[in-house]
Amino acid sequence: MASEPSVHMHEEPTSFWRRYIFSTDHKIIGLQYYLTAMGMALVGGALAMLIRLQLGWPDEKWPLLAKLFPRGMSGGVMNPDFYLALITMHGTLMIFFVISLGLVSGFGNYLLPLQIGARDMAFPFLNMLSYWTVVPACVIMLASFFVEGGAAASGWTAYPPLSAVEQAVPGSGLGQTLWILGMALFIASFTMGGLNFVTTILNERTRGMSMMRLPLFIWTLLIASILGLLAFPPLTAAAILLLFDRHGGTSFFLPSGLYFGERVLPHSGGSPLLWQHLFWFLGHPEVYVLILPALGIALDLLPPFTRKPIFGYRLTVYSLFAIGVLSMIVWGHHMFVSGMNPFVGEFFAIGTLAITIPSAIIGFNLIASLWGARLQLRTPALFALGSIAFFGTGGFGGIFLGNATSDIQLHDTYFVVGHFHFMIGGVTLLALFGGTYYWFPKMFGRMMSERLGKIHFWLTFVSFYAVFLTQHFLGLGGMPRRYYAFSKFEFLAAIRDMNAFVSIAAFVLGAAQLIFLFNFFWSLFRGARAERNPWRATTLEWVAPTPPPHGNWGETVPEVHRWPYDYSVPGAPEDFTPQTVPPTVVEVTR
Amino acid sequence: MSRTSEGLSVESVWRGGVSPFAVSWRKLMMWLFIITDGLLFAGLLAGYGFVRLASPQWPNRAEIFHLDFIALMTFILITSSATMATAVGAARQGRMQTAFRFVLLTILGGLGFLSCQAYEWSKLISEGARLSSNPWGVPLFSAAFFIITGFHGSHVLTGVIILSVVAGRALRQRITPEGVELAGLYWHFVDLVWVFIFTLFYLI
Repeated sequence: MASEPSVHMHEEPTSFWRRYIFSTDHKIIGLQYYLTAMGMALVGGALAMLIRLQLGWPDEKWPLLAKLFPRGMSGGVMNPDFYLALITMHGTLMIFFVISLGLVSGFGNYLLPLQIGARDMAFPFLNMLSYWTVVPACVIMLASFFVEGGAAASGWTAYPPLSAVEQAVPGSGLGQTLWILGMALFIASFTMGGLNFVTTILNERTRGMSMMRLPLFIWTLLIASILGLLAFPPLTAAAILLLFDRHGGTSFFLPSGLYFGERVLPHSGGSPLLWQHLFWFLGHPEVYVLILPALGIALDLLPPFTRKPIFGYRLTVYSLFAIGVLSMIVWGHHMFVSGMNPFVGEFFAIGTLAITIPSAIIGFNLIASLWGARLQLRTPALFALGSIAFFGTGGFGGIFLGNATSDIQLHDTYFVVGHFHFMIGGVTLLALFGGTYYWFPKMFGRMMSERLGKIHFWLTFVSFYAVFLTQHFLGLGGMPRRYYAFSKFEFLAAIRDMNAFVSIAAFVLGAAQLIFLFNFFWSLFRGARAERNPWRATTLEWVAPTPPPHGNWGETVPEVHRWPYDYSVPGAPEDFTPQTVPPTVVEVTR
Repeated sequence: MSRTSEGLSVESVWRGGVSPFAVSWRKLMMWLFIITDGLLFAGLLAGYGFVRLASPQWPNRAEIFHLDFIALMTFILITSSATMATAVGAARQGRMQTAFRFVLLTILGGLGFLSCQAYEWSKLISEGARLSSNPWGVPLFSAAFFIITGFHGSHVLTGVIILSVVAGRALRQRITPEGVELAGLYWHFVDLVWVFIFTLFYLI
């Protein structure tokens, strides 16, 4: 802002600690978030592998694992409580500490000021504070594996009474308390980040960068941050009440007449349904907090590789708003089987089906953007196309689950597991990878290997379908989620062996990510040197030097004269016209 | 002059130095924070409403609380909002000495409210009210009471601390009108929340 230059032009710090550890520079903070997410993804992925090992071969013994997990896998056989802890922590880590941190906070922090032409976030100190609040959250979450009773075991949704009664399962003890504390710190951090995102997007844009000239990724970040700011506080309130139920003797979530070990618990008057309402009031908008920025990356990765503008910019922005509003009033579709009044269920079902309309508009805009394209199948483009495919597949499953009639059949089966992995596991993961391949040259000044990138893509894409499309059919066959073995169920005899196939595909999926890790660190040191604008793209970050210096722009902040999708403009000297090109050189269309 | 698709000059749409809502990032951020914090109380109050509607009976507040006393507390807090508004107005006109005095008065009001709350809490506790139980039948009544008023009280305490920092900075001449205004926004928010708690918990 012209009136306050001092705030955004502080001196570049010289000491190592101020530069790389306690940095207020949005780019360093973005990379810190990204690398933290990568570390948490390794843990979350390893948990998934253990889950699949158990489900694929529930009767096998694994003596080697008994040494690694003496308590959880005593004698080489997985303890059911350990399995519950695994699924709980896999979900929690992946949703909050991988996708939220990597996609929203990581890419968001790195790119937001660069793409809107600002020198930094509005409040750089708060930004640093937000990162250093999430670090203890990560430590607490990981530490909970090592406390007595092990990590939380009540699912990532932490439904009471499992999460509220300390003696319910071993993980309901200290592990659950640590889970709540870790989540509280995460929410505090995410709130600080969201405040910065919204304020920066609204107030710190450079000259000429009107709202309708923002790249769509920035629009998705704006809507996602607003949703996060509105949806997280009620979960905080619920977590406070849950802590009091656990440690203060209250019974907000606990009805009377609960028995544990021949003993009636002293609670009365509460209802576990209250938690479900408060949780899903957050939980449903949260999935849009994750998936909208992923769609934003997909939308922004297409034009540089199709060499044509994105289709339906305005309609996409309006659809984002519609999704944002509707997502706040559809949380009940997670609770169709909770005994809710059918008329209330109908309200939530209609709301959910209404949300498919703006979602489908965005999906069709993505597909229409490919029409007449001169498609260059570089790695980022492959990942963008892959996330469109996942969005379509997952979206179809969503129509079944949003309908109370079919959801009552499919609730808590592997159909649900398959569906949400496509949406908040697949679309987001592919966007995260696509974004990495695309912005890596800007972040580190080197290109990632194309060959390894394409191998990574095809292995990930095919094995992901093998795992999660198959799970849709297991769910249709009635296989329930959260069970640690299906050997004893007669009605599943025909399909339970498919779990071995799913597990093998999941191992391929996991192994493929090692290729990505290798590519990332190898390219960091050995990748080909990147020019300033290797993809010949139009958005502002490609105008900045590579890697961008402290303050991003050197002496003068760039001025914007056009929207971010001026590709193949007739009469222009090149097939891309960066946002900074003045109208005297190329005519401004919008 | 460059023009957008609507035919407006770019300069008239966006001049870099002026934000769309004509507020600084600080004030915008404070407003956004207030919205999120408001939703936190909304979550707590909704939870309270849920358990109360689910409960077959609910204690009669008029027999437990002295509503006159609660009205006095409310009056003190609303008055402190008035003194805060005066402080903000004075700071805007550059009369920092007056602003400082009225910030002190506001702190006094906040402390008065907190003392009343401490008295009310100790009285109820001496009558046997606990987080997990109370003599009036419904255990969740006292649980909701302690959590919601306690949470609000901690907000008032935070506000008093913030205002003390503002007063301290005013003494060292290191204060801006906007700084006073931001503290004031938070203070008014805390007062507004109390109006909801007063209505929903004590009156209805």
